[in-house]
Amino acid sequence: MATKKFMYVNRKAPYGTIYAWESLEVILIGAAFEQDVYLAFIDDGIYQIIKGQDTTELGIKNFSPTYSALGDFEVSKIFVEKESLEARGLTIDDLMPLKWEEEDDDGEWIEKDSITVISSDEMKVLLDDSDVLLNF
Amino acid sequence: MAILHTVNKSPFEKNALDACLRLAAKGSSVLLIEDGVYGAMKGTEKSAAVESAVGDISFYVLGPDLKARGIGEDKLIGGFKVVDYNGFVSLTVDNDKVQAWL
Repeated sequence: MATKKFMYVNRKAPYGTIYAWESLEVILIGAAFEQDVYLAFIDDGIYQIIKGQDTTELGIKNFSPTYSALGDFEVSKIFVEKESLEARGLTIDDLMPLKWEEEDDDGEWIEKDSITVISSDEMKVLLDDSDVLLNF
Repeated sequence: MAILHTVNKSPFEKNALDACLRLAAKGSSVLLIEDGVYGAMKGTEKSAAVESAVGDISFYVLGPDLKARGIGEDKLIGGFKVVDYNGFVSLTVDNDKVQAWL
C-alpha cells in the first residue's frame, strides 16, 4: 500500500467536548499503520496542547501528557496556526514542548522540536497537499 | 432580582459570552465555567468586551476548569474572582435565579 499524507485537523478545546480525546486516539491508531501523519492545531484546537493542564479537581483524565508521547510513534509533524495563537493571546511558549528523536549519520539520537508555528497561508498549502483530511 | 449568569462555551467558537455581556444587567454576576473559562483570559481578541464590563458586572471563573486547561491566574483579566465548587454553590444561593448561556 502506498503511503499517504494523513492530516488530522484539530479545532476543538479539550475537556468541554470529546473531540480532542477522540482525535488523539485515532492519531495513535493511525500511527500504527505507518502512514505519513501530520497534525494541525487551529482555532480552539491549540488549547489542547497548552502546558500545565491539571484535571485533578475535575475528576476526569488529563490526556495532555499523551501528546508528549507522539514523537515515540513517529508523529512529529505538528503544525500550529499563528493567527489562532495570536487571537488567543498565546505564544509557542504557552504550549507543551513536544519533541521527537532523529538518528543522525553517526548513529546519535538528536532531540528535535515537533511543533512548527505557521501562518494561515502556509496552513492552506499544507491542507492542499494532504491526501486524507480527518477533522476533529 | 439578582441574576447569576453562567457561560460554558468558548467565546471563539460560540457567541454565548457575547450574548451574556449584551443582556446582563448592571449589578449582576457572571460565572465562566467549562470551555467558557477561556473568556477570562487577558490579551485575547475577546478580552476587551469583558474588560469594559468589569465595572458593572461581578465576574467569577471556576478554578478547577482553569487548572484543567492549564490557565494560570496570572493570565486572567483583572477583576475576576476565582471560585471553587463551593463558591459556585454560594453564588447560586446568593442570587435569585440562574441564567445559563449555553
